[in-house]
Amino acid sequence: MIFAKAFIIGGLLCVVAQLLMDLTNYKVTPSHILVGFVTSGVILSAIGIYQPLVDFAGAGATVPLSGFGHLLAQGALDKVQTTGLLGAFSGGVASAAAGITAAIVFGYLVALAFRPKA
Amino acid sequence: MVGVKDSQPAEIQNRQYKLLVDRVKPRPTLARNVFWAFVVGGSICLVGQFISVFFSSLGLNLEETGAATASTLVFLAAVLTGLGYYDEITKLGGAGGIVPITGFANAMVSPAMEYKTEGLVMGVGAKLFTVAGPVLVYGIVAAWLVGLIYYLVL
Repeated sequence: MIFAKAFIIGGLLCVVAQLLMDLTNYKVTPSHILVGFVTSGVILSAIGIYQPLVDFAGAGATVPLSGFGHLLAQGALDKVQTTGLLGAFSGGVASAAAGITAAIVFGYLVALAFRPKA
Repeated sequence: MVGVKDSQPAEIQNRQYKLLVDRVKPRPTLARNVFWAFVVGGSICLVGQFISVFFSSLGLNLEETGAATASTLVFLAAVLTGLGYYDEITKLGGAGGIVPITGFANAMVSPAMEYKTEGLVMGVGAKLFTVAGPVLVYGIVAAWLVGLIYYLVL
């Protein structure tokens, strides 16, 4: 059942981050977690581990930020196959364009429209 | 070092007391943090799965479904952040609220909103990228490297 798998795998990825935050002596901020996950996603995707996880868990693997890294890596790889070296420059961001644009547009509009709560 | 002496100022005594407590106190919070990270993070992914099934049922292909799902989650997270509710999610779920793409959206909106008074350019415009900047830098550089290596090995 894809819904249960999404819940469990997504939850486990968050547990990994929680353990990193709670058990390490470094000051692991949310920024570090997000940077770590996106980079790990790129690497796991490049060595062929992340796609099977996506096939298995659906949104459980695509919604965590490692899924964003996976998208960037696969975009770059696909584009290199069709257009060569130039693809390494264009493919990654192109495949993640919708998410990036949505985050900037909605983020901007909300930041303009709302006031922080005290 | 951590012995609390009366002769020292209260501030230092407090700090030493805290050190002492940190050292001897067990970590009952760890299990709770992990539990809630799992539940909250899992739930956000579950919502994502529902949204993705919905878009896919409209006839969108795999790529379009992914883009539409990510955009919808980002929209919801941005609005919840604006209304002040996303902070509650992160307070409860810790990493469960940070790791999903909704946490990324939250990390963009929060400082942008906070520093609005510094202006539209250096306030909203710049602070949107406090966290998104590093994420994009590392994500894009890593993906570019992967593409480059693939090209060289190909």
